[in-house]
Amino acid sequence: MDTYSWMRQFADSWMLLAMTLFFLGVIVWAFRPGSKATHRDTANIPFRNETLPVSDNEQTAAGKDDILKMGGAS
Amino acid sequence: MTSDYFKLIALGLITLFAALAASWGRDLAYQVHAVLIMVISAGMFIWVLRNTDEPVTAGVDANGYMDDVVRAGVIATAFWGVVGFLAGTYIAFQLAFPALNLEWAQPYANFGRLRPIHTSAVIFAFGGNALLMSSFYIVQRTCGTRLWGGNLRWFVFWGYQLFIVLAATGYLLGSTQSKEYAEPEWYIDIWLTIVWVCFLAIYMGTLINRKEKHIYVANWFLLSFIITTAMLHLVNNLSLPVSIFGSKSVQVFAGVQDAMTQWWYGHNAVGFFLTAGFLGMMYYFVPKQAERPVFSYKLSIIHFWALIFLYIWAGPHHLHYTALPDWASTLGMVFSIILWMPSWGGMINGLMTLNGAWDKLRTDPIIRMMVISLAFYGMSTFEGPMMSIRAVNSLSHYTDWTIGHVHSGALGWNGMITFAALYFLTPRLWGRAQMYSMSAINWHFWLATIGIVLYAASMWVTGIMEGLMWREVDAQGFLVNSFADTVAAKFPMYLVRGLGGVMYLTGGLIMVWNLWMTIRGGERVNAPVGVPAE
Repeated sequence: MDTYSWMRQFADSWMLLAMTLFFLGVIVWAFRPGSKATHRDTANIPFRNETLPVSDNEQTAAGKDDILKMGGAS
Repeated sequence: MTSDYFKLIALGLITLFAALAASWGRDLAYQVHAVLIMVISAGMFIWVLRNTDEPVTAGVDANGYMDDVVRAGVIATAFWGVVGFLAGTYIAFQLAFPALNLEWAQPYANFGRLRPIHTSAVIFAFGGNALLMSSFYIVQRTCGTRLWGGNLRWFVFWGYQLFIVLAATGYLLGSTQSKEYAEPEWYIDIWLTIVWVCFLAIYMGTLINRKEKHIYVANWFLLSFIITTAMLHLVNNLSLPVSIFGSKSVQVFAGVQDAMTQWWYGHNAVGFFLTAGFLGMMYYFVPKQAERPVFSYKLSIIHFWALIFLYIWAGPHHLHYTALPDWASTLGMVFSIILWMPSWGGMINGLMTLNGAWDKLRTDPIIRMMVISLAFYGMSTFEGPMMSIRAVNSLSHYTDWTIGHVHSGALGWNGMITFAALYFLTPRLWGRAQMYSMSAINWHFWLATIGIVLYAASMWVTGIMEGLMWREVDAQGFLVNSFADTVAAKFPMYLVRGLGGVMYLTGGLIMVWNLWMTIRGGERVNAPVGVPAE
């Protein structure tokens, strides 16, 4: 079978649709409710652990928040 | 240790094979490379042998970040930067004064052989080492963990330097597969593939071991740079060597397929090596130097996905009015124009990070370098889409306008953000309070900026002039100018371009001096952090 034709058809239809939907999904996901706190925390990553790695028995700020959140919910 | 015995066997076999290859090699470049590899592996053999069964000395820094390789990266970046700028300035003057091709040094000092040395030195040696050092520095800090893979980091660092040396000596000796920005022949390509896979493994391994819950956006850009470069390199270098004892190889693709593959590679080398990778640097170093988080994290996510979805399609705009089907070049053109949006989104995101801290622009020369770098990013990502429009391209293609565009991106965006990163990293990596001389950074900033402006402006003038001269026809429809007429008309602009190069190179040398003095530790006590603009 002609490789070019079926690849072209695939690219023009299903693959194009899948990639467009994925891209739109990423944008929707970025603006999902509750993303603000996560993004603020993630944006501050460069300001932590500047000189030393996190040691194994120590939690990161994000980890601590999650534990607090879980504690609050239960 | 038993692993030493395996190393000795492997190094011995490599030395033996390289010795055979040096003797049976069919061309000079291949033979020189075989001798080089023989010497290196024999040296390593002796070194491993002397350390075998010796007591192991404990590593100095068993808990901290693995910054030794980053320090080596800083030195390599500065070194290759100056080499690349010097080669570029020299070939710029070769174009103005053809006598500089040096009759007695033919064919080695020919423009055709020196030009790929310049492009590879600045893109892959200077830019590549900048990305290597930044990746290793950023991924450790933003993951809160040490590099994965132990000493593999040194294999990647030295393996990459070996790749650069093999590529550059190959060009000098006439070994090239004639693909722009992918000139190295098959065995150098295979070596780079091995090194690159190890680089990817270290990067992924460190990400997997991260102590932070989320992956910071700089790592997204850097990871996409590593993965895409691997993919581009593999596909564009599909070739069959004529002999295992010779450097010549034959491309698997032919004709327009080969051209399309080459520019799919070429444009995405710009898109993922020189853009995505350096954006990863930008998203870490700009917030750090401004001491505030990135303006909008949401925008950075959209910037990332839009950039990688769009860039990969833009290659065909290099092949307007060729044998490439019209639909493909239209596709490339359309995606190039859409690409303007995420590019400017990213530029605005970087610039607005300074929101509320604009005073730093007056007091901090490093921030100033980052801002001018983002400004040039914005400028060249506007110019690029415009030049990709078919009608504009019919004027600009094959002229010096293209060269000017590339250099405003490379000198402005890539160069300036790399200088800023070097000034950011050096005091931190060598435990100094700040750079030795802040006024030298200022000098570097202005020399480089004026150099770029001279370069870009002269290339606009000469490029548009030459494009118009090529298409000028008289009343009978005959071409008015011969090619040599356009070359003669360009001479004054070539001098201005050369001057711009000299200024940029001088700035680079000042930077090397400043880095050297900082590393040596002579801290200047009275140096103020900033110089007021008054």
